[in-house]
Amino acid sequence: MRKLNRLSRFNIASLVLGLAFLYLPIVILVIYSFNASRLVTVWGGWSLRWYVEFFNDRAMIEAAWMSLRVAVASASIATVLGTLAAVALSRGERFGGRTLFSGMLYAPLVMPEVITGLSLLLLFVALNAERGFWTVTIAHTTLTMCFVAVVVQSRLGSLDRSLEEAAMDLGCNPVSAFLSVTLPLIAPAIVAGWMLAFTLSLDDLVIASFTTGPGSATLPIRIYSEVRLGVKPEINAICTLVIGLIAIVIVLASLASKLSSSQGESAAPL
Amino acid sequence: MSARRIFARPARFAAIAPYVWMVLFFLVPFAFVLKISLSQTAIAQPPYEPVFDLTAGWDAIRAAFAALSIDNFKLLGSDDLYIYAYVRSVTVAVTATAILLLIGYPIAYGMARLPKRWQAVAMVLVIVPFWTSFLIRIYAWINILQHDGLLNKILLVLHVVSAPVVWLSTDTAMYIGIVYSYLPFMILPLYATLAKMEPALEEAASDLGAPPWQVFWLVTFPLSLPGVGAGVLLCFIPIVGEFVIPDLLAGSNALMIGQTLWLEFFTNKDWPVASSAAIVLLVVLLLPLLLYERLQRRQLEQGR
Repeated sequence: MRKLNRLSRFNIASLVLGLAFLYLPIVILVIYSFNASRLVTVWGGWSLRWYVEFFNDRAMIEAAWMSLRVAVASASIATVLGTLAAVALSRGERFGGRTLFSGMLYAPLVMPEVITGLSLLLLFVALNAERGFWTVTIAHTTLTMCFVAVVVQSRLGSLDRSLEEAAMDLGCNPVSAFLSVTLPLIAPAIVAGWMLAFTLSLDDLVIASFTTGPGSATLPIRIYSEVRLGVKPEINAICTLVIGLIAIVIVLASLASKLSSSQGESAAPL
Repeated sequence: MSARRIFARPARFAAIAPYVWMVLFFLVPFAFVLKISLSQTAIAQPPYEPVFDLTAGWDAIRAAFAALSIDNFKLLGSDDLYIYAYVRSVTVAVTATAILLLIGYPIAYGMARLPKRWQAVAMVLVIVPFWTSFLIRIYAWINILQHDGLLNKILLVLHVVSAPVVWLSTDTAMYIGIVYSYLPFMILPLYATLAKMEPALEEAASDLGAPPWQVFWLVTFPLSLPGVGAGVLLCFIPIVGEFVIPDLLAGSNALMIGQTLWLEFFTNKDWPVASSAAIVLLVVLLLPLLLYERLQRRQLEQGR
């Protein structure tokens, strides 16, 4: 009787409605990207014409290429820095400025993007740095390394520390104990962190708008300026392609975190 | 124990690179925001003065310091446009966070009551939209909410309305967009605490004769408060500074502070006022930010 009570009708209804709310708009967007009609709201049969249109749109392709390069570069730097930060926070015990350090790492997770973007731009202007690929990459690294740090730190926290200690009792020095025991165990979380950083960078509009220079727009910047003018079927096609790319990344990331969770507690990609 | 301490020493060195990076690209930039918020607007490149030039000598720097003023903050405090934008931002964030809690709680509760295997599936399903582009998700709603969009078509077919309703450029559309975008941020921390809760506690309350609503209100809800706190902060703070959603979905007659900042910066090229607006926004968010940092640290250092 208790068992039956566990999952009430109300529970099921709220789950189903909630998930429908989360997914329906995306599904509708994807379906309409295959619409043959120029009018976004009229269904004119299935077609790939808007995808063809996108691949002939040089400005869009260039923006997409820019976004991909920034995402790969910033995710890679962010993964290295974020992992180092996670190791220091979960294994470093107490050290000077630790509170400041963790504060600086957790604040960007919720900091409104307009503030982060504006402050970085002012720094780049003061340094007289040429704005473009590198400034956006640095900005995205700063944001996404915090997410990597949280993902890796939560994995490190659930790890059995006696494994490292055993390795050291058996004669490993701390560095080799880390490299041969800890690192392989947190590798799935690191991979998941990279992928999270990659998709966050690919998504970002606000910070990129502030930190990029003339002539080097990222894909979200281009999409945004088109969306402001109204709904266009070509945008549906681009969005579907981005969703497809991210879906591939998610599948890989969840495989990675499944590997990670089969060895211990879950390290969800958040 | 001692192995742990020996391990800690090189682990601390790992902090150096990320530490330097964050100081350089997160902390130092705020000094520039503060400085430029005290500068005057100028038609120049960069569009503010005084520009500190360390090569110009001591006197020039002193003169530059003397030229700093709080005029921009006075402007923010005296112009209704800005005051209204701050009030609106906080009101929107409070309202949206309340709606998110009301919608997110039942979903998280339902997830926590699923059989273990299904919980993992439900969690992935909630996380996936978080990975999908923010901009794209808002764009998806523009598709649905536009004048001859799907929502109006359905409402017309069902005879709920007799003429198409204007959805875009209204606060309703903005709230739909915000709730839609932030829902995973609310559900996940709530689910995390609810899933960890001992079901025996609820059963005990119910065995002792408490009706379901009392079980929920006296046992479940108080125990889930840490998750409620995390979810509320995780949504409230970014929503106050939100730019994209109100810009694309709400009307242009009432702006949120993120939009005003954007407008001052990109359209009016008034960097000092934009910087002052950012500083005030930061001050408004300081308390929730500190609370959030504390929660996050405690959660991660307990090792979940």
